[in-house]
Amino acid sequence: MADIVQILTTNPLARQLGVPQPTDLRRGRELPSGPVVLATAGGPGSLVRQTLDLLGINPLDALVDTPATRVTETDEEGRTREVPPSYPSRIGAIVLDATALTTVEDLEQVRAVLRPALRSLEASGRVVVVGLEPDTAGAPTAVASQQALQGITRTVGKELRKGATANLVLVDLLTGTPTTAADLASTLSFLLEGRSAYVSGEILHVGHAGDAAAPAPARRPFEGQIVVVTGAGRGIGAAIAETFARDGAMVVAVDVAAGGEGLSKVANRIGGHALQLDITAPDAGSRIAGHVAQRFGEAARIHTVVHNAGITRDKLLVNTDEERWASVLEVNLAAQIRINAVLLERSLPGGLDDGGRIVTVSSTTGLAGNAGQASYAASKAGLLGLVRAMGADPRLAERGITVNAVAPGVIATEMWGKVPLVKRELGQRMNSLQQAGRPVDVAEAIAHLADPATAAVTGQVLRVEGQLMIGA
Amino acid sequence: MSEQQMTSVPQPQTVPVPRDAVIVGGNRIPFGKAGGAYASASNQAMLTAALDGLVARFGLAGQQVGEVAAGAVLKHSRDFNLTRESVLGSALAPTTPAYDLQQACGTGLETVIQVANKIRLGQLDSGIAGGVDSASDAPIAVGEGLRKALIKANAARTPMQRVKALAGIRPGDLAPETPRNAEPRTGLSMGEHQARTALQWGVPREAQDELAVASHHHLARAWDSGFFDDLATGFLRLSRDEGLRPDTSVERLAQLQPVFGRGEGATMTAGNSTPLSDGAAVVLLSTREWAAERHLPVLARFVDAEVAAVDYVSGDEGLLMAPAYAVPRLLARRGLTLQDFDCYEIHEAFASTVLATLKAWESEEFCRDRLGLDAPLGRIDRDRLNVNGSSLAAGHPFAATGGRIVATLAKLLSEKGPGSRGLVSICAAGGQGVVAILEGC
Ligand SMILES: NC(=O)c1ccc[n+]([C@@H]2O[C@H](COP(=O)([O-])OP(=O)(O)OC[C@H]3O[C@@H](n4cnc5c(N)ncnc54)[C@H](O)[C@@H]3O)[C@@H](O)[C@H]2O)c1
Repeated sequence: MADIVQILTTNPLARQLGVPQPTDLRRGRELPSGPVVLATAGGPGSLVRQTLDLLGINPLDALVDTPATRVTETDEEGRTREVPPSYPSRIGAIVLDATALTTVEDLEQVRAVLRPALRSLEASGRVVVVGLEPDTAGAPTAVASQQALQGITRTVGKELRKGATANLVLVDLLTGTPTTAADLASTLSFLLEGRSAYVSGEILHVGHAGDAAAPAPARRPFEGQIVVVTGAGRGIGAAIAETFARDGAMVVAVDVAAGGEGLSKVANRIGGHALQLDITAPDAGSRIAGHVAQRFGEAARIHTVVHNAGITRDKLLVNTDEERWASVLEVNLAAQIRINAVLLERSLPGGLDDGGRIVTVSSTTGLAGNAGQASYAASKAGLLGLVRAMGADPRLAERGITVNAVAPGVIATEMWGKVPLVKRELGQRMNSLQQAGRPVDVAEAIAHLADPATAAVTGQVLRVEGQLMIGA
Repeated sequence: MSEQQMTSVPQPQTVPVPRDAVIVGGNRIPFGKAGGAYASASNQAMLTAALDGLVARFGLAGQQVGEVAAGAVLKHSRDFNLTRESVLGSALAPTTPAYDLQQACGTGLETVIQVANKIRLGQLDSGIAGGVDSASDAPIAVGEGLRKALIKANAARTPMQRVKALAGIRPGDLAPETPRNAEPRTGLSMGEHQARTALQWGVPREAQDELAVASHHHLARAWDSGFFDDLATGFLRLSRDEGLRPDTSVERLAQLQPVFGRGEGATMTAGNSTPLSDGAAVVLLSTREWAAERHLPVLARFVDAEVAAVDYVSGDEGLLMAPAYAVPRLLARRGLTLQDFDCYEIHEAFASTVLATLKAWESEEFCRDRLGLDAPLGRIDRDRLNVNGSSLAAGHPFAATGGRIVATLAKLLSEKGPGSRGLVSICAAGGQGVVAILEGC
């Protein structure tokens, strides 16, 4: 179905009128086409170089913009100006290891490597800055300098054009459990590849996976694994199911019986199972586990459960009664708390495996609030607390289970297509990528968090919103 | 001959005969009211949706099952290969054979019997049985005069001849012949036939209304409790049966005027008769081994079946009374009594059909004179009858009813546990009755 905005913006007339044309984003498991450039700031760091090595990426050295390296350019009218050194051809990404950065002066090195790189960055190129969790950086100056990286990265995200993104990864190096290259590999691979198409201006936290080193990133990381996706009958959930199936998973697709037609189409398309179930049913958790145990054998365990099913009952708070209020909190928050509790019972046949993953779908509304969505925002904000608490639970850490959330912004589903044109047009323009995301963009972020290789990320929320200009 | 070819020569097998055929599960779409949600859905679309839901439930996408047997009572001539076409449009492997079978309202159950028997004989390891019907998209035939004129015009060699042939059409010829829910040999509608039976057996209006209300309440409770979560798949805009009235009551039904029969003795209303409906239902059957290899559930075992027919044309017996004969024959063959069942599924063509059948089994005279038995079959425990509702509430898309009932009963029996027993009884146009026994696994 051709979106009206799409027609408007791809129309040559619209182009002449100056409506900015959204770039077709690079998606999927595709690295940038140009070379990856590696830079350091504050001193030589080895973490990123080792990580690129693990990923089989051979980086170019970064060009540095200093008065000495600038070149004189003469235009047709004979005027001259100094320009930064330029790369021989377009580059695909710049990865900046700023983990050794401790002073305000060190920040100059960040500017000096980014300036030439941004001028040569290809469409859908990547800026990835790796810094320290500021609070672990030590002296106040070091904390301040590390924190400064957030301002730089988020601004670069807003300045980039043509589908390029900028993100900051925070790691631990000075704590008792330092982040290793194996810990970082999955996140760096995600950010460089097209899978992170709609993630920009984001700060990602990578810790340490513990003794069992994370497996290296693979193209089909879910081969032979069972993945449960709720609300899989349509929209984002259908894309999640398809993405996991693409990456090798056997998907148990859950939705209410009313959504059964869509659900069976999704399940049949990906060779998975349809499980019709209202997640608010008191026995929902045991029915999911029961299905897995019966259909894959008593020894089978779930690798990932994705809590995607969600509803809205929008009304201003002044007009909201208890019934409306309760239904949203029940579906979006209470039901998955109950289901998690059941699936986490260790001895339960068909429960969540050690090394398993829980990923829940929050929303930017949960971070920023939205008029008319108090109950929805409550539920989605609640999820952020839930994953933080579960991510900090040592019993889960001991079992190698991670719990994370994604927070989608404006995602073009059928529901979004029903939003009035002007509101929709504004909504999808108010972000750095100047377009709405696709369901697959959310799905890729979820699959990344669920990846066995993403073992060092837990208790986090990953926004998939193309860097919204408003909100938190 | 290469080694490859040699190994592909089928080896004669000794098949232990007969082996068990089991019911793995079923799927139906919610049933629609004629002219309702499925008004523009074809039989093929509905049957395909029912198959796809079954395939998704059991993770069979791209796989081949032994065969698919299904049918429709009201069928367009273009649907001569309805089931095979539906299979080709479904997620099943295109190498899955399929055929149509038809025995009026008994179609669905007859396909189950057919597939089960092939499994029991070792001809199949798995199969899908079912049926579909649309009262909304029923074939409309042109009248005889128009039909002849059109054939003539088609055969015409010159434009003149064609004009002449078409000029022969009279205005009256243009009225379409819609299919009638009437017996060809008596010209009476099924309802009129049943009205006679109801009168003959003295089935009171209140009892019929009570049965209808129970059907609605039971079905509503089953939907509410999620019983159909793994038996039905939403289709188009329906997520529940369209004719279901959870809040109906005996008082409300008592308001309705009789539509069949005449005068004082007329008891049958739109409330206690099954409405015309649209829908599809399918059942997955297999051997125990086939199910076990795929980690599929086994709900119930198909035990046995019987079909009877009565001479309703001469008026010797009521049109829908054949199950009253089929059941005792089946009981005798299995050495069972009518009371040996945990669940009874008696298709509610009309409330009075169920009640007349039960009365017949309780009647000493009927059992002696008609069935040749020393004693009546006796009463059944009414609390075990159609416990999750039946056709009065769900609707009755003719060929889909058998699949609905078999899947529902199989799940009920599996909940009751191994060895529990269920009886299915379905009356059909043409004076036939198809009945079967299932046993919980
Ligand atoms: N579309 C967006 O722009 C957007 C933005 C932020 C967050 N989200 C979140 O993403 C998730 C998916 O959104 P979507 O746009 O695809 O919505 P959607 O309404 O298209 O799909 C939600 C699915 O969940 C199912 N569902 C609802 N209640 C259920 C229950 N009780 N049990 C089982 N299944 C149930 C629905 O039947 C439906 O198939 C939701 O959690 C939503 O809040 C969406």
